[in-house]
Amino acid sequence: MTNKITVTNLYKIFGNSPEAAFDLLVRGDGKEAILEATGATVAVQDASFEVAEGEIFVVMGLSGSGKSTLVRLLNGLIPPTSGQIMIDGQDVAQAKGDMLRQIRRNTITMVFQHFALFPHWSVVDNVAYGLKIKGVAPAERREKALAVLDQVGLVAWADSLPGDLSGGMQQRVGLARGLASDPQVLLMDEPFGALDPLIRREMQDELLELQKKLKKTIVFITHDLNEALLLGDKIAIMKDGRFVQVGTAQDIVSNPADDYVRAFVADIDRGRVFTAGDVSNVPVTVQLHTDTAEDALRRMEESQLDALYVLDGDSVSGVVTHRDVSAALRQNGPGNSKLSASMITNFSAVNEGTYLHELFGPASAGLPIAVTDVGNRLLGVVETQAVLAQLDSESTQPPTPHQPATGVPDTDSRVSHTKEVVK
Amino acid sequence: MISPADIATIPFDDWINAFVRGWLVPNFRPLFQAAQVPVTLVLNNLNAFLLFVPMILTTVVFALAAWRWAGRGIAIFTLIGFSFIDMIGLWPETMTTLAMVATSVLFCAMIGLPLGILAARSDMFWKITRPILDIMQTIPSFVYLVPIVMLFGVGMTPGIIATIIFAIPPMVRLTNLGIRSVRVDLTEAARAFGSTEWQMLWDLQIPLALRTILAGLNQTLMLALSMVVIAALIGAGGLGLTVNTGLGRLDVGGATAGGVGIVILAIVLDRITQGLGEGGTVRTVSLRQVLTRMLRGKGAAPIN
Repeated sequence: MTNKITVTNLYKIFGNSPEAAFDLLVRGDGKEAILEATGATVAVQDASFEVAEGEIFVVMGLSGSGKSTLVRLLNGLIPPTSGQIMIDGQDVAQAKGDMLRQIRRNTITMVFQHFALFPHWSVVDNVAYGLKIKGVAPAERREKALAVLDQVGLVAWADSLPGDLSGGMQQRVGLARGLASDPQVLLMDEPFGALDPLIRREMQDELLELQKKLKKTIVFITHDLNEALLLGDKIAIMKDGRFVQVGTAQDIVSNPADDYVRAFVADIDRGRVFTAGDVSNVPVTVQLHTDTAEDALRRMEESQLDALYVLDGDSVSGVVTHRDVSAALRQNGPGNSKLSASMITNFSAVNEGTYLHELFGPASAGLPIAVTDVGNRLLGVVETQAVLAQLDSESTQPPTPHQPATGVPDTDSRVSHTKEVVK
Repeated sequence: MISPADIATIPFDDWINAFVRGWLVPNFRPLFQAAQVPVTLVLNNLNAFLLFVPMILTTVVFALAAWRWAGRGIAIFTLIGFSFIDMIGLWPETMTTLAMVATSVLFCAMIGLPLGILAARSDMFWKITRPILDIMQTIPSFVYLVPIVMLFGVGMTPGIIATIIFAIPPMVRLTNLGIRSVRVDLTEAARAFGSTEWQMLWDLQIPLALRTILAGLNQTLMLALSMVVIAALIGAGGLGLTVNTGLGRLDVGGATAGGVGIVILAIVLDRITQGLGEGGTVRTVSLRQVLTRMLRGKGAAPIN
């Protein structure tokens, strides 16, 4: 994947003497000291990052952290003090006048926090705005705008005024306006910040749905870490104008770079960050037709497990528990117990990408949860304790699935361990 | 008691005299004379046109306009008021005054609108313009009547020029205000989509500032009407002349008749232009919108 956006050592200093402030900053002075000495405000300092094509890059920070300035630097609404911004091979930091306008018309569009729809124009005219600016003929731009409105489910409202629409719908129009000119890069400045929580959730899901189809390169600004973790392929945490940490959701939650990030991460819903794949173990299994009840019991004792999955060839057929198997052995005597007799077949199976918060139901059955792929092959097993351990916010270790306690040579099992951390 | 005048006196009046009589008038009189040509042209044609159109027709047109933009009450008032003016024998004077006011307002708009747009776009320009507008609004109009006569002579056109000076400030001020109060995020959005300054002005700023601009136009119109009597002092005709003549002859009746004519004209013009400003941009829910909304409400629940 190629990088769509490459930002190198980007600085923005507001005030009358940015050069003097810049020198102080390079010398290592703090933001407050510089404000006192020169009256200049450091908004963004030394930001460097890359965004790959089709990726959602989330910049998360509190108000005053410089995130809104950063996003406006990317399309030249604010000229940078120093640094390079390469977007699709063009240096936005150097672009001026007509060249900058061409970049904004063809390459980058933006979605705003308070929608910024033109109140005197109908919804379809608003969506067609970028096309109008480019000089597309009226009939053609209406047709294109209607097609985009269809994607966000608002065709029926094409001729209403934005004021007649609810907040969520207005932001859909804002999104449609951003998408109508088919840009390479979409900048979203806290787009869901002004919406109420339920609508926000809905819009987040919808954005992810749309992104599956459109594969735009998106820079998304938010102050909500949960939103960042949900949407971001890569997340940057910003504080006082600089990036504190850049990484995937799992990186940030499991390895916070400093106390600032740790404080944020403490409150988040870990169940929506980590997946079954993150906490699953290498499965210890028995074969339905070749292994006996004694084999199963022995293997459980060796691995200190209470239950084992039973495979039929490659596919999962059920689960046996220590209690059931030993009860069956006691009742029928050695050698007479078939594995299938004590097997529980209504076990819970999930896939690797299932988030932990969706595992609570299956986990309540008390049996380990099978992690399977589409062909019903067993990829791993999630113990209920592992789910709870991962949800404990005090544990910030990387999610390393523990190996079976005794490391049994699992010769009979033909299931290979294919688990990998889901990104 | 000592006062600054004991130390030095400033011959301020002499300086002004020297500046106006000695330099401005001899050097620039031809230029000012040329500048009034378009004003004269518009004024004469408009005056001739209004005097040519039959009284009944003009009254009906105004009544219809009042009905459309200001409501039925004002329409009835227009019919009665204009008939009253006609019956007291002041119809031609009223039409001349209307032509003068319309000409002044036209030129105020033509000069004031671009100045207001410029002032909204440049803080520097606004800093310079603002004190000038303050002076234009506060200086007694009698002060500039004399230099105007010196530069332009006497007659209708100098009266219009004086009226323009007096009436233009609200046009500039409110155009500036209207454009400056367009929401910043909207102009930012326009910029973010790569619009040029002209595109932004036409697509966004003027339409959204229109209501304020029309309020400025209304103010300009009212100020122009209030200048009618003063302009008559330097030779402008119309109802102002009637009032002045009455004043000179201590003819209370004549002066009052002229005054009533001005008041009736002012009320009609004010209500129509105010209604124009409000109707132009205030969003009213049309029958079509109500119907479509009702139909949608039944068909599909609005997606929030």
